Amino acid sequence: MSNRLVNWFKFASPQTFYPLAGKLIPWFWALTAAFGLAGLYIGFFVAPTDAQQGEGYRIIFIHVPASWMSMFIYLVMAFWAALGLGFNTRLSGMMASALAPTGALMAFLSLWTGALWGKPMWGTWWVWDARLTSELILFFLYLGFIALQSAIDDPRRADKAGAVLALVGVVNIPIIYFSVKWWNTLHQGASVSLTKSPSMAQTMLWGMLLMALAFWMYSIAVSLTRVRAIILERERHAGWVEELGEIRS
Amino acid sequence: MKPRHKRFALVGGGLAVLGLAAALVLNAFQSNLVFFFTPTQIAAGEAPKGKAFRIGGLVKEGSLKRQPDGLTVQFIVTDTAKEFPVAYTGILPDLFREGKGVVAQGKLGEDGLFTASEVLAKHDENYMPPEAQHAVDQAHKAAKTVKQ
Repeated sequence: MSNRLVNWFKFASPQTFYPLAGKLIPWFWALTAAFGLAGLYIGFFVAPTDAQQGEGYRIIFIHVPASWMSMFIYLVMAFWAALGLGFNTRLSGMMASALAPTGALMAFLSLWTGALWGKPMWGTWWVWDARLTSELILFFLYLGFIALQSAIDDPRRADKAGAVLALVGVVNIPIIYFSVKWWNTLHQGASVSLTKSPSMAQTMLWGMLLMALAFWMYSIAVSLTRVRAIILERERHAGWVEELGEIRS
Repeated sequence: MKPRHKRFALVGGGLAVLGLAAALVLNAFQSNLVFFFTPTQIAAGEAPKGKAFRIGGLVKEGSLKRQPDGLTVQFIVTDTAKEFPVAYTGILPDLFREGKGVVAQGKLGEDGLFTASEVLAKHDENYMPPEAQHAVDQAHKAAKTVKQ
């Protein structure tokens, strides 16, 4: 590799990644606040009322970003799991375990806000249609991943077992995404997708995209904080951890 | 081949096999995964007979009739090709409108009348302010008069 390029593999070592993550976290929190405030302002005050649903539609400003995040975090988790299995790097497993609780939170938020919207709009809290059921399976996959990892004491073995589960579960992601296309579902099709122009009023779309960015930044900030804690816990016997000024008391 | 290439190949191969298995399973359960049947499917005999199932489609414009008791309603579910009358006693969801999506659970009688025990509104993927909706409605009306 040429010398001008950044050597990304350097950051695969927990020792170099730990301070880097520490430096990045405040920036991601700042961006979370900026995008979140802008998104909420547009969502509550600028975006017009929906012609059909009235004010109740405003739940999409949480529901859609949370659902996107729940699927995307799983893909990132599976990516780290595959890297961990392939390269045998320690940090990959730590990244996967750091992402899981946030992913579970997002899946739960998606199901919960969906139920709150479903009762007044559809007339029911819950139906067993393909979209809702596959999202529930995603939530259980996250919980299963967390439970499996905490059931195994040896962190290296826990990482491997978790990685296999994460990779097996990844088939569920396209099922969630395309469920509304492949089968008749009660859940409506995508309002925003890569292949066609969004079927949404402009300001509603802006509010939703800003909230999605805020959710991204939040997820990154929280996961980096969590991965730092995991690094400290697992590397506590390493020399560099013992020399860290911030943990000496 | 280095050991790590081997491991990546294993992971890739495993995912491919898993994906194929999932695709086959989903394909096999196709008929169990649909949430509702469209009137066309029911007319073609694809819906289960003698058992409860769900019918989904649009509420035909001008087909909603209320009985004097205020709770019993009858309307026609259409997918623009075929249509079935549906009878229901109970409270309709807020988004239930003529010309909009609906999913009803119940049984199809011998006389072709679908007796529903539950009616759900199906929202579409369009989100727009009332003015835009008004404009769309006007455009539809204009298109209709041109056709006539």
